[in-house]
Amino acid sequence: MKCDVCKEAEATVHLTQIVSGDIQKVDLCEACAKAKGVSDPTGFSLADMLLGLGQGEKTTEAGTAAAELRCAACGMTQSDFKKSGRLGCAQCYETFAGGLAPLLKGMHKGEQHVGKVPPSHSDSTAVADRLKALRRDLEQAVKGENFEVAAELRDRIRKLEQEGRG
Amino acid sequence: MASTNPPSQEIPDNIVVSSRVRLARNLLGHPFPGWAKKADRLRVVEVIRPVVQSIEEMEGGFSETMDSLSAIEKQVLVERHLISREHAAKNVGSAIVINRAGTLAVMINEEDHMRMQAITTGFKLKDVYQMIDRIDSKLAVKLPFAFHPRLGFLTACPTNVGTGMRASAMLHLPALVLLDHINKIVQAVNKLGLAVRGLYGEGTEALGNLFQISNQTTLGEKEAAILDRIEKVIAEIVKHEQNARLTLLEKNPRMVYDHIGRAYGVLANAQTITSKETMNLLSMLSLGIDLKLFDDMTHGIVDRLFMDTQPAHLQRNHNNQKLAPEDRDGFRADYIRARLAEIRRPKFALPPKSDGG
Ligand SMILES: [Zn+2]
Ligand SMILES: [Zn+2]
Repeated sequence: MKCDVCKEAEATVHLTQIVSGDIQKVDLCEACAKAKGVSDPTGFSLADMLLGLGQGEKTTEAGTAAAELRCAACGMTQSDFKKSGRLGCAQCYETFAGGLAPLLKGMHKGEQHVGKVPPSHSDSTAVADRLKALRRDLEQAVKGENFEVAAELRDRIRKLEQEGRG
Repeated sequence: MASTNPPSQEIPDNIVVSSRVRLARNLLGHPFPGWAKKADRLRVVEVIRPVVQSIEEMEGGFSETMDSLSAIEKQVLVERHLISREHAAKNVGSAIVINRAGTLAVMINEEDHMRMQAITTGFKLKDVYQMIDRIDSKLAVKLPFAFHPRLGFLTACPTNVGTGMRASAMLHLPALVLLDHINKIVQAVNKLGLAVRGLYGEGTEALGNLFQISNQTTLGEKEAAILDRIEKVIAEIVKHEQNARLTLLEKNPRMVYDHIGRAYGVLANAQTITSKETMNLLSMLSLGIDLKLFDDMTHGIVDRLFMDTQPAHLQRNHNNQKLAPEDRDGFRADYIRARLAEIRRPKFALPPKSDGG
């Protein structure tokens, strides 16, 4: 399986996200996955994030949790969260992203924060948002086999990522 | 409806009693208080408290760890709306910082690492938001907040992510309660995505006819949009309360006057009275002031009585002695009688009837 972003290297990282209740998959090579992590301004450990999401994919599809999801940062498990309704730490939002997405969608007006941004994020946020949107488009293009569009999107993503790092 | 003035300047303070905005913030790299071990919580207090104290607005304020406060002292802060009931239950590993005016308060290690609020009397939601926004911005420079580009500020409870903001106003709605219209209002407001609850008392019971209106959602909307939404709804509720007062006076003035007259009679003469009865009767005095039935009773006197007759305030003003409820009710009655000794009773006159309405 080739990487969705560069379409060159072999994809070794398989990402699942739930968007509007649909399970969507992204397959990335090591390098592109790393790039995604670098441009992620929250600084969450990519390995942990992917690990969590990978397990989430299995449990979402099977409907039951074989091996229980556990936050690598604070040790909270899915059942701890269900019991208290409170998360253990900031990283729990990544760990339990799969289960949280429909929950958040049900309780809030939207799924994207549009309010105040702390100074630590004010510069990188705009870039991160654009990247996110572009990746979503890319994914759709790949799915629809619109390879020309996908190639163009890929270039734009690369450029933005390089700007973000510079 | 044609008026374009901001509601903050139009609406009399006596219906919107107070406005408050609270922000939830957490530090990156520390577990949330409810999941953290004692050592983690102590470290978070050590990191946050000096930073909060160092902010200009908090200078000369009050700063204590929760384990150093007595049960009565904590309860006094709850009665003043400066800390939550949940925070009052905290001990080692939690703290509170309050500015001198009592308008700004930062709870450290409540459900989140920080719950900061600005509160003031009257209908001034945008003002209090600006006050707390300024504090938040100053803190954000010095403390690394847990923030996510899509989810916004990360909080222990997913119901608070995004802005982490709860804006609320306390409304005094005696006429809507007397007319039995309050349930309809509550349902309508709930449908608009706002929460309404009695400020005191359990469940649907609202002591003192006081209700709190607040936003229920925090993600997907800008702070200004949330504040706008609440302000519009509150302005609408105020209008309903004003209309309800006119309706009552027109259709059943004797009933309204009876409530107010009895409230004065009981408060000025009781020998023992519970906190609950006191709140409900003071609500009627407040309505009487709005209806201009008193020559020398003021909202200042009523508000002070409301605060000072709550259990913790009463005990604090009684040499910090823990009092048995029966004794408390006696002291409460004595206190109120003394306060009302010089206040003349209400004068009732039929409201001028207007033709065709
Ligand atoms: Zn790749
Ligand atoms: Zn965690």
